[in-house]
Amino acid sequence: MCSLALFPAPLPRGHITLCETNNELVSAESCQKQEYGPLSLYFPRESLKPHSRTENSSKAAFLHHSETLWIRTATAWREAGLTGLLEEIVNSSAEAPRWLSVSSGCVLALLRRVSSFHGSLFPHLKLSSENMIAEFSQVLNWSDCAVRAFAWHPHTEKFAVALLDDSIKIYNPKSATAPTLKHRLQRSVACVQWKPLCASALAVACQSCLLVWHVDPCSLSTRPSSGCAQVLSHPGHSPVTSIAWSPSGSLLVSASPVDTSMMVWDVAAESCVPLQRVGGGGVTFLSWSPDGSHVLASTPTPLFRVWETRTWTCERWPCLKGRCQSGCWSPDGSRMLFTVQGETVIYSLTFSDTTGTLKGSKAAAIVADLSETTFATPAGDITVGGEVQLLAWDPRGERLAVLLKGDSEAAARPAVVAVFKTRTDPMFELLPCGFIQGEPGAEPRLMQFHPSFPHGAMLTVCWSNGRITHVPFYFLSAGVPHPYIRTDDPPWCSSSGSLLFQPGDIMDSREPYPESPSPIPVSQGGVCMCSVR
Amino acid sequence: MFYTEQSCWFVRKVVYWRAAASIAWAVLLLPAIAAMFVVLSRFSLLHPVQWISECLSLLTSASAILSFILLCGVVVVVGFFNLEYYTVTPSIACSKIALLAQLLHPRQFVHSLVHCVMGVIVAWCCAITIGPRYQTLASACSLADGGPQLCLNEYHLVLVLLGAFVGYSHSLCGVMHNMNYVPFHAVQQYKYLRFKGTLPVVVKCSAIQSLYFTRNYLVVYFFLGYIPRSWICNTLGLQLNSSLHPLDSIAGLLDLSMLYHLWISGTFVLLTWYLTALLFRVFLTEVYNFPVQSPFAEQADRSLSKVLSGQQPMILKFLALQDLALLSQHSPSRRAQVFSLSQPGGHPHNWNSISSECLSLLADLTQRLVAHHDTVATNGRAKLQSADSDKKSVSSESSGHSMTQEFRSPGPSGIMQTPVSVFLRSSVAGHPQGSPLTAPFTPDLDSPFSSPGLRRLAPQLEPTSPWGHTLQSPHLVRRGPKLWSASTDSQTSGSLSPSSPASAAGPGPATAEPSLLARFLHNRKEQLPEASSQAVFADSQSHIWALEGLSHLVAASFSEDQFGVVQTTLPSILGSMLVLQEAVDRHFKLPHASSKPLRSTCSVGDCTFKTLRFALRATLKTAIYRITTTFGEHLNAVKMSAEHRKRLQHFLEFKE
Repeated sequence: MCSLALFPAPLPRGHITLCETNNELVSAESCQKQEYGPLSLYFPRESLKPHSRTENSSKAAFLHHSETLWIRTATAWREAGLTGLLEEIVNSSAEAPRWLSVSSGCVLALLRRVSSFHGSLFPHLKLSSENMIAEFSQVLNWSDCAVRAFAWHPHTEKFAVALLDDSIKIYNPKSATAPTLKHRLQRSVACVQWKPLCASALAVACQSCLLVWHVDPCSLSTRPSSGCAQVLSHPGHSPVTSIAWSPSGSLLVSASPVDTSMMVWDVAAESCVPLQRVGGGGVTFLSWSPDGSHVLASTPTPLFRVWETRTWTCERWPCLKGRCQSGCWSPDGSRMLFTVQGETVIYSLTFSDTTGTLKGSKAAAIVADLSETTFATPAGDITVGGEVQLLAWDPRGERLAVLLKGDSEAAARPAVVAVFKTRTDPMFELLPCGFIQGEPGAEPRLMQFHPSFPHGAMLTVCWSNGRITHVPFYFLSAGVPHPYIRTDDPPWCSSSGSLLFQPGDIMDSREPYPESPSPIPVSQGGVCMCSVR
Repeated sequence: MFYTEQSCWFVRKVVYWRAAASIAWAVLLLPAIAAMFVVLSRFSLLHPVQWISECLSLLTSASAILSFILLCGVVVVVGFFNLEYYTVTPSIACSKIALLAQLLHPRQFVHSLVHCVMGVIVAWCCAITIGPRYQTLASACSLADGGPQLCLNEYHLVLVLLGAFVGYSHSLCGVMHNMNYVPFHAVQQYKYLRFKGTLPVVVKCSAIQSLYFTRNYLVVYFFLGYIPRSWICNTLGLQLNSSLHPLDSIAGLLDLSMLYHLWISGTFVLLTWYLTALLFRVFLTEVYNFPVQSPFAEQADRSLSKVLSGQQPMILKFLALQDLALLSQHSPSRRAQVFSLSQPGGHPHNWNSISSECLSLLADLTQRLVAHHDTVATNGRAKLQSADSDKKSVSSESSGHSMTQEFRSPGPSGIMQTPVSVFLRSSVAGHPQGSPLTAPFTPDLDSPFSSPGLRRLAPQLEPTSPWGHTLQSPHLVRRGPKLWSASTDSQTSGSLSPSSPASAAGPGPATAEPSLLARFLHNRKEQLPEASSQAVFADSQSHIWALEGLSHLVAASFSEDQFGVVQTTLPSILGSMLVLQEAVDRHFKLPHASSKPLRSTCSVGDCTFKTLRFALRATLKTAIYRITTTFGEHLNAVKMSAEHRKRLQHFLEFKE
């Protein structure tokens, strides 16, 4: 079992991890003058203004206007439902008949008792929807984060970034336009994901609904109209905190912490099938296995389910300590790694038969120990470890990135990305690789592996200061080739495409890939995301 | 008309059993629903103990058992009607007149009549169980002159008539909302879970629907209620009780307890019927596993490839395509059977028949879209060929392909079909294993337009409808080469050639001025523009499965196909998908084609057929992307025309 004590010590403050090559992480000292590659983006907090407008705030701008009780109750019914209506009657007991105000007061008290009882069973239901998204989002410290969601397109070199001001930007190195998507209903984006086997469809999980944008890749428009977005909503299914496309691109599942059923959408037909199971009080996080056979669905309570997608039956997995925070699948869908809130270990579950009915192993095995470890660095002791926020496994199944929460108060316990090497043969094993470090003072908030990097794996990290960087890992893949990764012709190395990765000079001093007949043009030196002069 | 042997086995051994099982479950659920109804209908807040005890004694009484037997009979009859009237391709009325024709169709008349009677029976059972106020038609009363007499119990009459009204409205709504359409879901769940998931929706819908029906009923009764009342009084010699308000007055109708009882009885009627229909759908659409290759010679015609290519009821075709789509995604062992070679001889018979069948389905749709586009482009609006149902029926009889008379869509499908049916028929005649999916597009011999009165109108309509000209005119022949030049497959191009001699059923002799009625009918036909687009894609679920099945099989062949059987057909598969893609793109540029239908708030009838064209478009793109991402640059080695290569390059670069 791997533990953090086996890791090399974190870099001294001021060093930035650039890439992995020859089994080592390469770093460079950050200088004042840095040049990042074209896809390294920077969104300073100051440039993004979150919406301060709330629904009720506009009321103050208007003069008070007295209406009769009946009109007010009708408005309250439309705005806030039954409880709003009762409250309105109770508040204006002077106007209402006595029997009405008394009886509605009783009903209101009864309703409050019932909802508080329900809330005591599922404490998360008491949260406001913003707080709920922050609680269950995969992003560390979501409400304060400039970049709220990030998604690589599964087949091409473009990605979508959801920002604090509720807009989504799409970047493509091959095109000069970066479309900005805005929609009236696009509030508090918790998750974005591109549809597989499609060039244009982007699903967005919002506070009140689900949006599916159709962004024409050939269009030159920088502000696609909101007519390009399909709105998918279902009563009682908001806020949506997690979505997942099936790898075959036909179905979309969405989850909300307040809805016990998980929705399976047929997006083109705009119809949905609710899959309801009792217990759990909601669904917070979804992850579809790359082979399409299973879906992980975690709940706000110490329980998660693994659905089998052929007949949509599920297996219940009660956890001991807390809810399942994050999970990821191996490329062949036979193994799932997950972490539990309140525990500092990574569990592994194997699924033997991926074709037929669900056959999971009897118990989850611990594969890595992430308990706190103190490293002595020249700048002082740094404590690394603790609970896990997010797991990401690269599409070849060789690198596992773990985002450790750390402690935002204590300076010596920062949030850190730890990267493991994974080996499946002869037995499943995690081996230490190293820590990814960013600019001084920047904490990792979100990360995702590039879905089809041809020379190994590439991890994209979004930092707390609003910067997005890409860290490539160069290695030779030992496993079977991924169906969608074609190694013969990397598009950005071809003469037609612009160079995504600027050739830097830091690699020149090294032996160019002794054990790897790499497709990287050796004459140009190494290929790296961020070159330091 | 005449079925082949295999369609008989499937209907006998599968469809009938599934229907019987669904009816049995509906009957088993009936006691629970009836008990709920009794408890709710006798609800009294002030006397809970009395309420419970009354309910218990009623549930065990002899009259309850009698009415329960009656209700079972009703459920069985309704289930039988479900089986007889179901369809997997919705009949979409493209115009108001077509909808009217559907409503007046004799089959529909039988349906409405039977449902009326069933409604009366259920309402009578309700009247018996609800309580003394409704129990009998006649009650003793004392008239003004003192003598005891038999009076009419109007409450009973109102309740029983409500049953008839609800039954008739249910039947009408069934036509309007295509409630006999059996949709297939993208998510395969077990039957119990599917039923459980839909149950709350059904209960809610029946309650809401009952509310609307009761409201309409009360309005009707308020104005026309005196007719049945006086008729019954006269026939049975009953008196009117003058001490009570007559129920067709405002004061009589403002009886809250009666309104509640009417509403809950209507809900009960609808709930039992909706549940029967729901169970029927759940059972019928269950996945059926066809063997890819049957080990026994006598069951060879039940294998997937034979079933796909045979002439058969639509439901068999749909289930076979669904099975194909699922096996191509989920089961490597069955895929291996598809890719296998025949034992002596070494021919890929399984793959050949499956792929050619799927390709002919796609070619059918392409032709249909091209013809639809032509009619619309020449005229600005789609014309319907109700007029030529006459000549079509003649020619189709001669071609002997009007199959599946009983099992396909029951509605008068002939009047709403798209113009392409002539093509389809001729393509069926062209190659013997042509698509049996043309079945719904063969004309309906008992369509209302073949009634003598309308038949006379038919030839007069012809000159006004441009349809007769566009179809056989050089339009298609001219477009043909453009669209089809790219097809590398001899089969697809072969299916074009018989299309031009469709002029065999050429336009009738041009007559003089159309009559007034004909002109009126013609104008009525030009409505509901979106419906014509829906009608073109009415059976597109089959195309969606064909696309999914083909693309998954081709993608899997990249690593699983040992003998390279797929490679030989890869050019034609890509070609027909790209041609279809072009046709679909053009179709969506038509006005109204890309407008979304309103999302229905609450209805038991499934509206998925309204969005099938969007689903087809998405599936088509995904299917092409699935092939291009799997094969990648290898596709450059595939032989195809320059135009297709250009389109394919767009897909390879993810620019579509």
